[in-house]
Amino acid sequence: MVEHAGHSEDTPHKPFSLESRRSFLAVLLGLGSFCVGTLLSVPLIRFALFPLLRRTTEVKESPVGALSDFSSLTEPMMRTLKIEQVDGWRKAVSEKVVYVTKDAEGQLRVLTSICPHLGCTVPWNKEKKQFVCPCHGATFAADGRRVSGPSLRGMDALETSIQDGQLLARFQYFRQLVADKEVIG
Amino acid sequence: MHSTHTSEGDDASPPASGLWGWLNRRTGVDDLLRSALDEPIPGGARFAYVFGSGLLFIFISQVITGIFLALYYVPSADHAHTTVAYITKAVTGGSFLRSLHAYAASAMVVVLFLHLSQTYIYGSYKGRRELLWLSGCVLFGLVLAMAFTGYLLPWDQRAYFATAVGTNAASEIPWIGESLKRLMRGGTEMGTLTISRFFVAHVFFVPACIFALVAAHIFLFRKAGAAGPVSEDPYHPKQKVELFYPRQVLMDLSLTALLIIGLGLFCFFVPMQLGPPANPADAQYVPRPEWYYLPIFQWLKYWHGSAAIVGVLVIPTLLVLAILAVPFLDRNIERRPWKRPAAMGGYAFVVFMLLGLGLRSQYLDRHDPGVAQQLAKQNAEEEEYAHKPFEPELSSASLVAANVTLADPLAAKGKTIFEAQSCNACHGDGGVGTAAAPGLIGIGKKFSADQLAELFKHPTAKMKAGGMPPVDLPPDDLRALIAYVESLK
Repeated sequence: MVEHAGHSEDTPHKPFSLESRRSFLAVLLGLGSFCVGTLLSVPLIRFALFPLLRRTTEVKESPVGALSDFSSLTEPMMRTLKIEQVDGWRKAVSEKVVYVTKDAEGQLRVLTSICPHLGCTVPWNKEKKQFVCPCHGATFAADGRRVSGPSLRGMDALETSIQDGQLLARFQYFRQLVADKEVIG
Repeated sequence: MHSTHTSEGDDASPPASGLWGWLNRRTGVDDLLRSALDEPIPGGARFAYVFGSGLLFIFISQVITGIFLALYYVPSADHAHTTVAYITKAVTGGSFLRSLHAYAASAMVVVLFLHLSQTYIYGSYKGRRELLWLSGCVLFGLVLAMAFTGYLLPWDQRAYFATAVGTNAASEIPWIGESLKRLMRGGTEMGTLTISRFFVAHVFFVPACIFALVAAHIFLFRKAGAAGPVSEDPYHPKQKVELFYPRQVLMDLSLTALLIIGLGLFCFFVPMQLGPPANPADAQYVPRPEWYYLPIFQWLKYWHGSAAIVGVLVIPTLLVLAILAVPFLDRNIERRPWKRPAAMGGYAFVVFMLLGLGLRSQYLDRHDPGVAQQLAKQNAEEEEYAHKPFEPELSSASLVAANVTLADPLAAKGKTIFEAQSCNACHGDGGVGTAAAPGLIGIGKKFSADQLAELFKHPTAKMKAGGMPPVDLPPDDLRALIAYVESLK
């Protein structure tokens, strides 16, 4: 070891060759450290950017019921959706009333019961064969089309999908008092 | 050391130009770098000297991974386990990062032991290095404190019970033991205050102390100078000097590389597990500390009753004092281990005892069928939990609604009326309130049932102005609705 200790001169960094050898190594080491550092920061960056890579907040699709339940639908059927709202590592579970109905082509639609006028819960009126809002009297047809009253649009249909014979719907809120359906959360 | 050259400028080397030159003129970073790298090592670079910088590397790595883990961790008994489960099961790279943080803690204890052993065996504490040794000893204690406080934070079964035993051990200390235990736990029992205390110690208090002491330790080291090989005079080094850079730097970096590769592979292939959440009611659970605390754990088993004070307080205190006093007691300048039989004998004895106690503890666990079976069961439960997908925690807002359904059928009926009558459209789900109307939570305390019925049937002018319609319901439904509104707490 001792014989390798080569810096016994009085001014150890005067000789030019030694200095340049040292700085070449320094650049090499700096570069190497930089590369290793970059490599090591990959998991850190992925960890911190997780909210960009995956959804951390979302409203999960809720099961509405088996498709067979709705095959012989003659009028809108009320269902209570269990809504799971995921917020990072926690979730809130709430319930919302929806109506399963069919449109003109016979396709299933899931309507939120929130009135697009001012947000009251709209029930199905069996006698009148219409949805009638109890607050301000807006009325809607069985498929959710606007019939009369102060609402500027028909009842809002939810995004649906079918999985293993189950009808799923993603519950969302829509802006009230406007003519076009607009998601607000 | 070379400051006179560079500040006056330029007779030795031409002034550096460009960004680096500017930065250097403003900061003197070149001098700093030089004084850091041109540390003289009597007798030349050696692999024996790599452990100090290895420790520094692990510590910095722990600080970084720790900060990142805090992005998702919540220190409370309600959420700690869920958030750690979220980190390990949901977040990208989370399992790797948590493993890195946990395994590096073990690696730190190992490298710390090697660093201490090298210093002791080489007699590097001699020759005006008392404070250097003392600061190192305090740092050892602080690192063990980090390991102890960090261990609880995941709040799984293993963490909970190990810390319950660990804090319980403190109560064996006479007079102040019980108070000390309560102080650590933040109460008589382990709970959410314990997590808060351990978190603050682990994240703010102890790291701050470590930063300060690492600075002091490095300062004292540079002030005293590297001690060099065992043949060197600790006061007046005479052997040829080699500078820290480049060969010692390369040797130090090779340990760092070894640590990176070793820990990286370990974390990738054998990630740290998280067990099921702490269940304080589990009377069956057999707690076991992390491996580096096993010797102490085993040692405490031997001391009970009136003799406990000897084993819990007297002997450990004497041992710690003896270790702290090493550079004061051993004033001889002789550093060669083979010429220091007493010092080496003491070292061998302590290491043998630690090893023996640790192995004894393992042996007893394996050969007690009841314990072995329970430990195997605990490991199986941990394994099973680790493979379950992440389950988010139910927020308290959801629980209010759920509890009502369970508690009172009348209130449950009221809830359906509340929703069917669109009360929730303005007052919010569960009566939490919206922009359109105030929340109803706690209203049962302000008004009696009769008053509420009156308000529902005949809203005040102010309520009407806000859009509240009179409630027109059959008496039974009204009673149910009132029961529900009163249940909102």
